[in-house]
Amino acid sequence: MYVGKKATRVDAYDKVMGRTKYTDDLCDKGAYIAQILHATIANGRVKSIDTSAAEAIPGVVKVFTCFDLKEKHYFPTAGHPWSTDESHQDVADRLVLTDRVRFYGDDIAAVVAEDEVIAAQAIRAIKVEYEEYPFVLDVLDAMKDGAPQLHEAYPNNILKHTTIRKGNYEEAIKEPGLIKVEGWYDTPTVQHCHIENFICFAEMTGDRIKIVTSTQIPHIVRRVVGQALGIEWGRIQVIKPYIGGGFGNKQDVLYEPLCAWLCMQLGGHLVKLDVPREDTFVSTRVRHAIRSHIISWVRPDGTYAARKLEAFSDQGAYASHGHSICAKGVGAFPQLYPCDNVECDAYTVFTNKSVAGAMRGYGIPQAMWATECHTEEVAAKLGMDPIQFRRKNLMPVGYTDPFSKNELYSDTFNQCIDKGMEATDYLRKYQAYQNQTGDIRRGIGMAVFWYNTAVWPISLETSSCRMVLNQDGSLQVQVGETEIGQGADTAFAQMTADVVGIPMEKVHVVSCQDTDITPFGTGAYASRQTYTAGFSIRQTGSLLKERILNYAHELTRMPPYNLDIVDGNIVRTTDGRVLMTLGELATEALYSLTHSQHITAESTAQIKSNAYSFGCTFAEVEVDIPLCKVKLLDLVNVHDAGTIINPALAEAQVHGGMSMGIGYGLSEKLLFDPKSGKALNNNLLDYKLSTFMDHPRLRAFFVENAEPTSAFGTKALGEPPTCSVAPAIRNAIYQATGVFIDEAPVNPHILFRRFKEEELI
Amino acid sequence: MSKQYKLVRCTINGKQVEKMIDVRASLTDMLRDDYRLTSIKKGCEVGECGACNVLVNGECFNSCIYLAVWADGKEILTLEGLAGPNGEISDIQQAFIDEAAVQCGFCTPGFIMSAAEILESGREYSDDEIRKLMSGHLCRCTGYENIFRAVKKTMLRRLGKNAEADAV
Repeated sequence: MYVGKKATRVDAYDKVMGRTKYTDDLCDKGAYIAQILHATIANGRVKSIDTSAAEAIPGVVKVFTCFDLKEKHYFPTAGHPWSTDESHQDVADRLVLTDRVRFYGDDIAAVVAEDEVIAAQAIRAIKVEYEEYPFVLDVLDAMKDGAPQLHEAYPNNILKHTTIRKGNYEEAIKEPGLIKVEGWYDTPTVQHCHIENFICFAEMTGDRIKIVTSTQIPHIVRRVVGQALGIEWGRIQVIKPYIGGGFGNKQDVLYEPLCAWLCMQLGGHLVKLDVPREDTFVSTRVRHAIRSHIISWVRPDGTYAARKLEAFSDQGAYASHGHSICAKGVGAFPQLYPCDNVECDAYTVFTNKSVAGAMRGYGIPQAMWATECHTEEVAAKLGMDPIQFRRKNLMPVGYTDPFSKNELYSDTFNQCIDKGMEATDYLRKYQAYQNQTGDIRRGIGMAVFWYNTAVWPISLETSSCRMVLNQDGSLQVQVGETEIGQGADTAFAQMTADVVGIPMEKVHVVSCQDTDITPFGTGAYASRQTYTAGFSIRQTGSLLKERILNYAHELTRMPPYNLDIVDGNIVRTTDGRVLMTLGELATEALYSLTHSQHITAESTAQIKSNAYSFGCTFAEVEVDIPLCKVKLLDLVNVHDAGTIINPALAEAQVHGGMSMGIGYGLSEKLLFDPKSGKALNNNLLDYKLSTFMDHPRLRAFFVENAEPTSAFGTKALGEPPTCSVAPAIRNAIYQATGVFIDEAPVNPHILFRRFKEEELI
Repeated sequence: MSKQYKLVRCTINGKQVEKMIDVRASLTDMLRDDYRLTSIKKGCEVGECGACNVLVNGECFNSCIYLAVWADGKEILTLEGLAGPNGEISDIQQAFIDEAAVQCGFCTPGFIMSAAEILESGREYSDDEIRKLMSGHLCRCTGYENIFRAVKKTMLRRLGKNAEADAV
């Protein structure tokens, strides 16, 4: 059995030897180079563009502007499965180039040139005349009457407002003796910072266009390019090679439509569009900054009487993934700490800033920041131990969500918390760090999270798989689920080896998705892939095995039910005798003069179940109060992601999520100039991504309660590691200093302000 | 503006080579475009991320901000040249595999080249020193934890401290 074992990544050797090819490595050097001219105003209209100086530069092939769009095909960009129900479709509000500018960085023109230097010169030579409108950067200001409007169809800039109502909040708060706890909790705009920037190239053969792109969602890219260009989807081929990280940014259709459009304007000539780091920050996607307002009414015994949450999500200039992020976060609120009387209002609001889309955690890191900061404050106000208070109120065993039918099957929260306490020596440290004085103080804190695997029943969940048996008894496996660094291909190889009964080295996972040949699948998002592909791999593997054993029956005259495949051999189960190797069978099957058969299997699994994933973070910090500096001393994540398919890769995955959580909690924030809307720190020097030196040793632990709905007992692990890190660090800072910080990241600027307010300095 | 070219003679991965190179080209450009050594990755092109690191006369540089013409007369080592003459994998590359220090793999070549420079020194560094020496690289997948393990273990093994290495 391979599932559950520390198998080596199937792509690790190539990656350490420098042999792995990414998009740019595959592009022919004869490609034309495309670069984009981004708007330098935050809101307004392009009146005119003078391209004459740019076009006069030798080596410039052509300059295209927003006025060159003959047909305007508005398209959506979210990497969601298409919905045949029009009311459920994503908002189609993008054009490949636009004259209506909605943020500083919008795409208004493009240069195609013979090389990068010429293209850059040409971009600088273009003269643009704008009609400027007032702009709005703050989400609450954008909702006010009279605020600058971004999209006509959305009054007060509200893309969507949804509500959750349970019990009767207004009546419940009248109960005598209740304690009110209220707070506002803010999270910043942050960026994915995958080390490979977005890049793609396109060329035509016949009337078909081929796009090679750094994406998480090749089949969705194909559909959206078709919509954006107004051409039949079958004329588009999308190829996804190895990619240098995605984290949700590449779960959006970024510049594939523009690159394909430019290619088509130039007779199908190869065109490469490579986005620089500075533009990746501003003009691809960012994480939604969300302002949350929570009011809790608590009884002195530590139970909730009524709760209220309002969340205001900063969408930026275009809809992209839109309200789904805020809705997911707000949806967690009544579930994590159930209460009989709850009111939630989720607003997603346009502002003249970079477009927010999917990012690891999809609304849950924001929601956990708000909820777990608030929970700590409630416990403090009640004078209760923060962990005891959580244990008392957390989702109980047997809790079932009426909408998704997800259930909490095991006492997982308590198990995760126990493990985290033990790993960090929590009780002793919590005691030791009480009531400190002096400039340097230590603290320990924690936070929990809840995360929903995959997207059913909000949206389609489907996975298709193909297996092809080779003459030597090895097989190729293809799925639409993509390897983006997380190790999906390795997990798929382990699953396949177990289902079919062959050694893992005989499983060749085809890593590259090519929409011309790869079975349909929607791609990497929602921490869905090991869960959903698990179903199609198990189903297809069983089908392939059945065909192999039927053929073995022809060759051996033994009944198929007395046959099995074990370690790559056809075995008679009644006495354990090896009758032949799978290679011998496969060779005979292909070349047989009596019955030649290419043994393959292909099937689709539609998944109509889903699973909760749980866990917590424990953080220990040292705070230098006069310097307003936080040093992380220890960080532990504990996860219940069901059965762990590969402990080594799971641990690595958790480390990466924790690292992103450290940045979210302590240092990362994309800043915008209030006077112009221009991003101020859109580079890896000024944007403080956490480095080697900002990390303590990261430790990951697992509680493995096999998920009963799952094909391999597994459930979400990709995004969960990021969800509870920032509030755990913040709660540790609270224990150290007695100061609540309700705005992330907790950087020296915020600490200085708060320590001043609380008179610590 | 007409392009200017200059002859750049250097040693790349142990082989003497020469080519006329655009004087504006970075070492990244020359290695990727003229010699098709694609392990050198472009993550920022301004010396912030470390994905393009190569060794120049044994010293690690961001090749994106190192002009190709400066490489004239120098010895360049890229990840492609780290394996043995018959393609034998080196200890640090193997350690990256064994410690699951590789995820998307895009930052990996740069990290391994910095590690190679550190390990070549033959010195034993403290944990904090290793962290500082490796901090010129950004990685969004690994949280640096397994990369740290790979580098430290290899350092200790090269110093003959196998038991200590196993305990990392």
